Amino acid sequence: MEAAPHPRVRVAGPWPLAVSLAELSHSGRICPLVPGMGFMDLTTAHRAVDLLLTQFCWNFRNFESSVIHLCLKHDPSSVARLCLFVCFFSCQGDIHQSLPRHPTLLLATLLTCPFFSGIFHLTQDLILPNGGTPAGTASPASSSSLLNRLQLDDDMDGETRDLFVTVDDPKKHVCTMETYITYRITTKSTRVEFDLPEYSVRRRYQDFDWLRNKLEESQPTHLIPPLPEKFVVKGVVDRFSEEFVETRRKALDKFLKRITDHPVLSFNEHFNVFLTAKDLNAHKKQGMALLTRVGESVKHVAGGYKLRNRPLEFAAIGEYLDTFALKLGTIDRIAQRIIKEEIEYLVELREYGPVYSTWSALEGELAEPLEGVSACIGNCSTALEELTDDMTEDFLPVLREYILYSDSMKSVLKKRDQVQAEYETKLEAVALKKEERPKVPADVEKCQDRMECFNADLKADMERWQNNKRQDFRQLLMGMADKNIQYYEKCLMAWESIIPLLQEKQEAK
Amino acid sequence: MEQATPDPERLWQPAPLEPLSHPDAGLESMVGEETKGARDEGPGDGTMTENNFSLKKIEISVSEAEKRTGRNAMNMQETYTAYLIETRSVEHNDGQSVLTDSLWRRYSEFELLRNYLLVYYPHIVVPPLPEKRAEFVWHKLSADNMDPDFVERRRIGLENFLLRVASHPILCRDKIFYLFLTQEGNWKETVNETGFQLKADSRLKALNATFRVKNPDKRFIELKHYSDELQSVISHLLRVRARVADRLYGVYKVHGNYGRVFSEWSAIEKEMGDGLQSAGHHMDVYASSIDDILEDEEHYADQLKEYLFYAEALRAVCRKHELMQYDLEMAAQDLASKKQQCEELATGTVRTFSLKGMTTKLFGQETPEQREARIKMLEEQIKEGEQQLKSKNLEGREFVRNAWADIERFKEQKNHDLKEALISYAVMQISMCKKGIQVWTNAKECFSKM
Repeated sequence: MEAAPHPRVRVAGPWPLAVSLAELSHSGRICPLVPGMGFMDLTTAHRAVDLLLTQFCWNFRNFESSVIHLCLKHDPSSVARLCLFVCFFSCQGDIHQSLPRHPTLLLATLLTCPFFSGIFHLTQDLILPNGGTPAGTASPASSSSLLNRLQLDDDMDGETRDLFVTVDDPKKHVCTMETYITYRITTKSTRVEFDLPEYSVRRRYQDFDWLRNKLEESQPTHLIPPLPEKFVVKGVVDRFSEEFVETRRKALDKFLKRITDHPVLSFNEHFNVFLTAKDLNAHKKQGMALLTRVGESVKHVAGGYKLRNRPLEFAAIGEYLDTFALKLGTIDRIAQRIIKEEIEYLVELREYGPVYSTWSALEGELAEPLEGVSACIGNCSTALEELTDDMTEDFLPVLREYILYSDSMKSVLKKRDQVQAEYETKLEAVALKKEERPKVPADVEKCQDRMECFNADLKADMERWQNNKRQDFRQLLMGMADKNIQYYEKCLMAWESIIPLLQEKQEAK
Repeated sequence: MEQATPDPERLWQPAPLEPLSHPDAGLESMVGEETKGARDEGPGDGTMTENNFSLKKIEISVSEAEKRTGRNAMNMQETYTAYLIETRSVEHNDGQSVLTDSLWRRYSEFELLRNYLLVYYPHIVVPPLPEKRAEFVWHKLSADNMDPDFVERRRIGLENFLLRVASHPILCRDKIFYLFLTQEGNWKETVNETGFQLKADSRLKALNATFRVKNPDKRFIELKHYSDELQSVISHLLRVRARVADRLYGVYKVHGNYGRVFSEWSAIEKEMGDGLQSAGHHMDVYASSIDDILEDEEHYADQLKEYLFYAEALRAVCRKHELMQYDLEMAAQDLASKKQQCEELATGTVRTFSLKGMTTKLFGQETPEQREARIKMLEEQIKEGEQQLKSKNLEGREFVRNAWADIERFKEQKNHDLKEALISYAVMQISMCKKGIQVWTNAKECFSKM
């Protein structure tokens, strides 16, 4: 395979795709690139392929045989590109044996096709017929079967999940130095990264924090879901109270689920370690991987640099996030205020009901109706208490999560800006020396590659996030409406039940 | 009972206790000329039926309230609210009503009427007036006497008061009440001419009676106890209800903020926008629905308030009874001591150490003539006292009989009214729940489209 050395040379680049490729060449893993397709519909899958291929384009730019690059650029058919893409991997060696379930399904099919026997064959297939003109509809039979496969998988949706993580069973640990809570994390997976089908470990908040930092470090171009706050914002809440621990458990569960659902993050090695390692502390102490370079290189770009032109779409995202966070903050305040008012209302109701009881003790004929009203108010207060409890437990945490989410998003945006800034600074420097060197140096291109990759990752994550957000809020708000409806229904039932009691007596008289 | 009448002259005028001559002969049949008779003879009097019947044919309404400015007795500028009272007589045949009288009265005149009724009908649980000043209000409610909502609620309350009096078997036949409805001018003077203030028992006397009565009637003691308890429980209830209303208002109104923020948020969302926007609208609807709900509830509060004040009326009857009992006991005591004196004089023995015994010892024996004369006088006094005691006893029994009859009537009315009030309260709550379900269902539909 002649082409093999080239990607390996280029993969030294600091961006995640390249890293994945580097890993690929060693371990044969390509999972971080592919799983996204499994969770998306066909168009999204195509887009994902597009995205991956764009990254490849950058990678291939300096290829001596830029035919592939050209071919990719001019061929609009995603399927053809996918073929090319997979074909590219096929030159990487023995990947097919150790692929995770879903990508295996896809790739194994492709790899068994004689069509993909080698990259050069493919390029010839695509390019040769008309001397460089786009291949267009030149998809062979196998690609339509591939399409079918993709569609089939898409229908299965839930079935395509191959990683399930739950957080439960919080336990309090009291040591001489500190008291803390650990949570049990159960992982079930068919992915090859996991030696066992099931794992169960105990982790504390600190470990989650470590995981998140690691993810942020190793996947700087991705949106990392937020962790619940370290301490509760409002008031001094008992950190070991049942409610607090339960709320946190739910938030941590959500955090891991979001990572699990992410096509790239779920394959992160730190995540794997977090889920499986017997002793996480050993891993924590391990030295930093080569990946930290990204963070560092980002860091040394001065923050004060003003961007030439932040691409419109990112500017829009930024603006959106500002407003979104603002509105969410308001909603959070309103929700808290409502709960506060409701609790005060509850306090009054608790006093109100018994007064009717007291009164009923004075009366003869009226005793029963008054007692009925008292009981009815009692029922209503119970219903109200359930409502406020539900809102406190289910509504507020989701709002909080999204407020934090918008913060994570903003920080990723900032990083993106820094990468762009770095690129622009370098480009400027080159422009000054243009007379001397007509060709753009490689490291500037690398920088550009990185920026483009970042943009692509971020856009994909943003889209995913928007989708999640829409679903989450639909559910959340519908839940709120439901809870209120239930509350009113309970009260309605209570009041309706006492009407006959009042009327019967009336008639009997 | 002391009435701060602006006209002190009339207060001290010896008033004829007999009813005044009828001012309007045409309406004679509707007014009990036997005001006193009705009072004394109590309910169930056969001769009264006709009048009763006629009165039932009258419709009374307080149809309007108007803010006015005028000068009071001190010639000071004052603002007050006058209420238009309309009476209609219903024709026998077609049920059509014809306006017979319409006149304006102010609250203080209603008060005067009630004070008069209290004095003249001590054995009756006189219907209370609506509150003078808004009490048990929650913050959204104005405590201002000129507040249109308050005036409106008071208008309803005053109408209710007149209807209660008119439907009372005894009070309805009262002439002053009739004049209140039909004679705008000079009414105050007419009331004052009855000299009811003179008959009013002073509070001090009543208080005195409360502590000194030796053999109180158990039933009245219980009743008094009940009215105390009733008053305290209703006022507690009203206090808490006002707070409940306050909180409920808060809960609803804060939801209104969702309306605003949802609509603002919808501006930056694409797919979610429409759903959020219309859900916001429903939240606005939700927030504003509480105004009507609580306004309706205020009516329930007024119904409770009426019984809060009724408790005071009940107590007034008990107080009157105590007073009479006290009088009776005093008279009995007086008689007993006179009897003892007489006996002592007759037998010449002094059973107990007394001042008289001392004087006798110090100054020697009286002459038999003197003694005779004194015994005679005492015997006469005793006779008189016995007569008095007898009549007082009779009066007391009469009072108890009448009062108890009215109390029974009142109890029945109370049970009925309060049950009605509770039903209407429950109905209000049901409609509130239904409204709530409706709004949230609508909102849910909007959310589901997001």
